[in-house]
Amino acid sequence: MRFMVMVKATAESEAGVMPRQELLAAMGAYNEELANAGVLLAGEGLQPSSKGARVRFAGDRRTVVDGPFAETKELIAGFWILQCKSLEECVEWVKRCPNPMESDSDVEIRQVFEADDFGDELTPELREQEARLRARAAGEPQ
Amino acid sequence: MDATTRATIDAVWRIESPRLVGALTRMTRDVGLAEDLAQDALVVALERWPRSGVPESPGAWLMATAKHRAIDLFRRGETLQAKQEQLARELEAAEDPTATAVEQTGEDLLGLIFMCCHPVLAIEARVALTLRLLGGLTSDAIARAFLTPRATVQQRIARAKRTLGAARVPFEVPAGEQLAERLPAVLGVIYLVFNEGYAASSGEHWTRPELCEDALRLARMLAELMPREPEVHGLAALLELQASRLRARRGPGGAPVLLTDQDRSRWDLLLIGRGLRALDRAEALSRGGLGPYALQAAIAACHARARTPQDTDWERIVALYDALSALTASPVVELNRAVAVAMASGPAAGLELVDALADARELTAYHLLPSVRADLLARLGRREEAYAELTRAAGMTANERERRLLLERAAGLAGG
Repeated sequence: MRFMVMVKATAESEAGVMPRQELLAAMGAYNEELANAGVLLAGEGLQPSSKGARVRFAGDRRTVVDGPFAETKELIAGFWILQCKSLEECVEWVKRCPNPMESDSDVEIRQVFEADDFGDELTPELREQEARLRARAAGEPQ
Repeated sequence: MDATTRATIDAVWRIESPRLVGALTRMTRDVGLAEDLAQDALVVALERWPRSGVPESPGAWLMATAKHRAIDLFRRGETLQAKQEQLARELEAAEDPTATAVEQTGEDLLGLIFMCCHPVLAIEARVALTLRLLGGLTSDAIARAFLTPRATVQQRIARAKRTLGAARVPFEVPAGEQLAERLPAVLGVIYLVFNEGYAASSGEHWTRPELCEDALRLARMLAELMPREPEVHGLAALLELQASRLRARRGPGGAPVLLTDQDRSRWDLLLIGRGLRALDRAEALSRGGLGPYALQAAIAACHARARTPQDTDWERIVALYDALSALTASPVVELNRAVAVAMASGPAAGLELVDALADARELTAYHLLPSVRADLLARLGRREEAYAELTRAAGMTANERERRLLLERAAGLAGG
């Protein structure tokens, strides 16, 4: 399953204060660790909300609101997309992350919707019940 | 123990066990002993953590516990050999391996994967050992995935470890010519695991995505650890691109959906992007021509880039199959090439190539040969011959869903 791991913003990140050298190095090593383990699918750091905008929807109306936005703790300063076996595995990976902020902050983990991938995924009982048959991708030209 | 703690310990094990076993194998030079030590540490964790809580650095904790076990074991041994005494001293002196550089961990993981995929082992043993030691899967999970009794998997793993010990397989990453010789075995194991999930499903089901995920994780791991090897990126690209179509390949009720019929909006764009980037890397690193995995990835990329089946660049696919067939000399590749030629130059040209394959011994029991032939005949308006070929193909496949699909196609010809 796939998770989006979001680093929540702080006053400093919203002020555009760049992380210190040690943190950048530690974060680089952590990213390498995630990649080496084959769990890192994507990840980016985000600019402060002052460089962003919101489009507000109300019925047929669209109103554009320029940043920055007030509710700092609800904003996102960066994210990863991780492929893990379970929420617990994702939590364990996140606990290994260096503290991303100077001040106290949250890192939020959300599971990505992909229910249709696995729909009626086989239970072990069903698997054993079925005879083993071989199939090849019929007609797929590769 | 409550379910949350158990799940946390499972997660810690999955994350930590490959590097734990890797580091312990490097230190003890014995993969069987290394896994036993790691398992012992896990048992201690299972006893303690539910009461004390999971430690701050669970990896370091497991490593320290395993090392103490090793030192105890060596010191207590009744026939205390000089070698073991030496190892015990080395272990005590060794730097804390969880604190060592990422590079050391990478080397350990690579050493482990080359050991697990060593040619002295049978292919089934390589697969089981790789999933167990690198994938962090239990014997139970491997048994379920391969529809094999658990005892068989356990025996296979135990025998594999004995074989590695008896053959004195060194713990090392091969270099130069040796690497070129040994790498295909590693890639082959990962590809086999992926295919088991992707195409060779059990009777009523078409795919087993969990196995695909395990294989992808290994391929991604390898691509990070061996960034200079074009075929490693080629394999990663192939798997990312094929996995991008997983959810579109299964129709309602689990019936297979063929490539041209798939709803392309359900293809996974994140994986397509990763696949195309990995293919770029493989192409940039290739000295001379692309290898077989990169070529297959390039073919998959032609499909990934086509927004509709009509947009597919079949000329390029034919050219890529030409290159692939020069490398593999496989009649299955030739058959696929014939399909591509039929798409690029019309069914008559394709049929000519398919007919030339009729006598290939490898294809006598291969139901896709009559199935492809039927498709081309139908497109040429030779419906009676097509009907006969589909019926023949249906009698050759062992997969129930596929058989039904072929008979439905035959019925469609007879009725329409």
